[in-house]
Amino acid sequence: MEYRHRTVFLILRRMRAPLLLLIVVYAVSILGLVLMPGVDSAGQPYRMDFLHAFYVVTYTVTTIGFGELPYTFSAAQRLWMMVTIYLGVVAWFYAIGTLIALVQDAAFRQVIRENRFAAAVRRLTSPFYIVCGYGDTGSVVVREMVDHGLSAVALDIDPERINELSLEDLQTYVPGLCVDASDTRHLVLAGLHHPQCAGVVAVTNRDVANLKIAITVKLLSPGLKVICRAESHDTEANMVSFGTDAVINPFDAFADRLAMALHSPDLHLLVDWLTQPPGRPLPVRTTRPPRGTWVLCGYGRFGKAVHRYLQYEGIETVIIEATPEKVQAPKGTVHGRGTEAVTLREAKIEQAVGIVAGTDDDTNNLSIIMTARELNPSLYLVARQNGGDNDAIFTAAKADLVMQRAGILANRILSLVSTELLTPFLHEARHQKEEWAHQLVKRVWPLAGNATPDLWTVDITPAGAAAVHTALTAGEKVTLAHLLTDPAVHDESLPCLALLLQREEGIVLTPEDNTPLVIGDRILMCGRPGIERRMAGTLHNLNLLRYVRTGVWRPDGLLWRWWSERRAEAVRSRAH
Amino acid sequence: MNIEKVIFSFFIVLALTLNFGFFMGDISNPEHHSVYELFAAIVVSLIATVLKFGERTQIGAVLLATSLVADLQLIAAAIVWGMAMQVSAAGLTPSTMAVIVSLAGGALAANVISVVLLIVDIAALRR
Repeated sequence: MEYRHRTVFLILRRMRAPLLLLIVVYAVSILGLVLMPGVDSAGQPYRMDFLHAFYVVTYTVTTIGFGELPYTFSAAQRLWMMVTIYLGVVAWFYAIGTLIALVQDAAFRQVIRENRFAAAVRRLTSPFYIVCGYGDTGSVVVREMVDHGLSAVALDIDPERINELSLEDLQTYVPGLCVDASDTRHLVLAGLHHPQCAGVVAVTNRDVANLKIAITVKLLSPGLKVICRAESHDTEANMVSFGTDAVINPFDAFADRLAMALHSPDLHLLVDWLTQPPGRPLPVRTTRPPRGTWVLCGYGRFGKAVHRYLQYEGIETVIIEATPEKVQAPKGTVHGRGTEAVTLREAKIEQAVGIVAGTDDDTNNLSIIMTARELNPSLYLVARQNGGDNDAIFTAAKADLVMQRAGILANRILSLVSTELLTPFLHEARHQKEEWAHQLVKRVWPLAGNATPDLWTVDITPAGAAAVHTALTAGEKVTLAHLLTDPAVHDESLPCLALLLQREEGIVLTPEDNTPLVIGDRILMCGRPGIERRMAGTLHNLNLLRYVRTGVWRPDGLLWRWWSERRAEAVRSRAH
Repeated sequence: MNIEKVIFSFFIVLALTLNFGFFMGDISNPEHHSVYELFAAIVVSLIATVLKFGERTQIGAVLLATSLVADLQLIAAAIVWGMAMQVSAAGLTPSTMAVIVSLAGGALAANVISVVLLIVDIAALRR
């Protein structure tokens, strides 16, 4: 990566004039002092030598002033000293002034920050993502990436947000820089050409910027994964057209999760478990949302998306909207904000089973929830939370379901970057019956142990599972159950399960334990954090693999193998 | 004609000529080597160094390096001279003078490289 400016050279170039002035002033002063006639202590004519002249000029122009050395000055020398002082002190002030001005110069400081940032990025040794936009969503994405063990680099145009990043208590250092992320140069600075760069997440709040980032990355580093946020469907289609890997519309994503939460709470819960970083407190099941008429407050872009999804689910809705004409609300829309009892009564809140407070104002949403509960205590309350810093009041409001925008977007993004096979798994899971999700939740629950489970991929390749690969090549049979066996205690199984098996013929969801493995299989595992390492024993160590398959500890090494064979033979011959 | 280039070349060549002037003469005879010439050589060499600051080309970097070498050698010569005159009891002996002049000779070599590079740079431009 090329630096735009080396800090040292930048200082040198700026300091050129003051340094030249200093050298000239020193030269003139020293030479003059040497040439001025003086007298020594004995009254003899005396001329100062260069060493003393340099010494006197040095301490005089830096205003230290040791006095007249080595002998008292003559009138000519004093005259020259005055010239020296005025020239020299001014030259020094000029030099120091220039240096201080340079250090305080905004452009110079930006260069220093950029250079430091570039150096920090260059030092990254593990795969990392460039997160453009460190707002509500970006900050959650970065935090979750770090908790997932990924590295990240953050760019934002707002200095406040980058300040927040530096104050954030993250497990690993996340370099951040305050620049316009849609500028190509800044993306390169953030490691676009870095060999470890895994992808770019563009979640700034401007569609234009996200679009520019996506197209830049796709042109400069086509191999990188690009995940973009797009608020309008136009931009979304545009991004997809040039191969952006994933485009997330915040309103659709949000409405989609809300619909999922209402229609299949178990799947909603499962997605929550699997996309959160391992080791977090496990979210618990909420009560099942009732079927019936729902009241939807707010018919903006979010409200529209929710309405569409609810209609798709066949749920009847009554809409409350403050400006129905502006948003082209359908007929029968109740005019009002929904924060007043009158409006809610008009929307027949007493007969409704649930309410979605989905305006873009958190205070209004809370007010809607509280007013609605007073009017109909049995309502199922869904609140939309916009700001990330309102967690406490939303928890206190005790809504049945709080949908936090940033959190949902971050979950969606993390499901795309954390574990490779998670995306196909979630995709398949959406098409499953509700009963399937219910069964899976029941299976994951005991092995998770009150913390969100860890996900990892097992590749049946020489690099991913050396021992299993060797055994399969030798024609031996290895099943999934063998991998799930505890390599320390043969008849116990590890607290984990296989979510997905990917092989050439296709994808198998929650494969059976007796599935025989084939070379090239990829398995998505889900289990307690730390289990991955124990399973790695079975995958890579032939002895452990033999143990989990046969339950017998066989000694290894040529000598021991020979010895055990001899012993076995001796036992056999004695039996005869 | 670029006035900046004139000043730049002027100081680089002047550093060489002054250095050469000081170096001329019997190596151990103080009579042949003027202290003022050494002073002037140091000052011009320092100015030439500062003028080369901030050059970002490869040749600019080498020019800066040769200048720094010349500075180092000349300042070392001046220090030896000052030490001999003021600190040492023996004063400026012929052997000390030889040390001073040979240090200046080293600086001369660096200055020659500097000028050669300058000419190479100009020749490469063909303008």
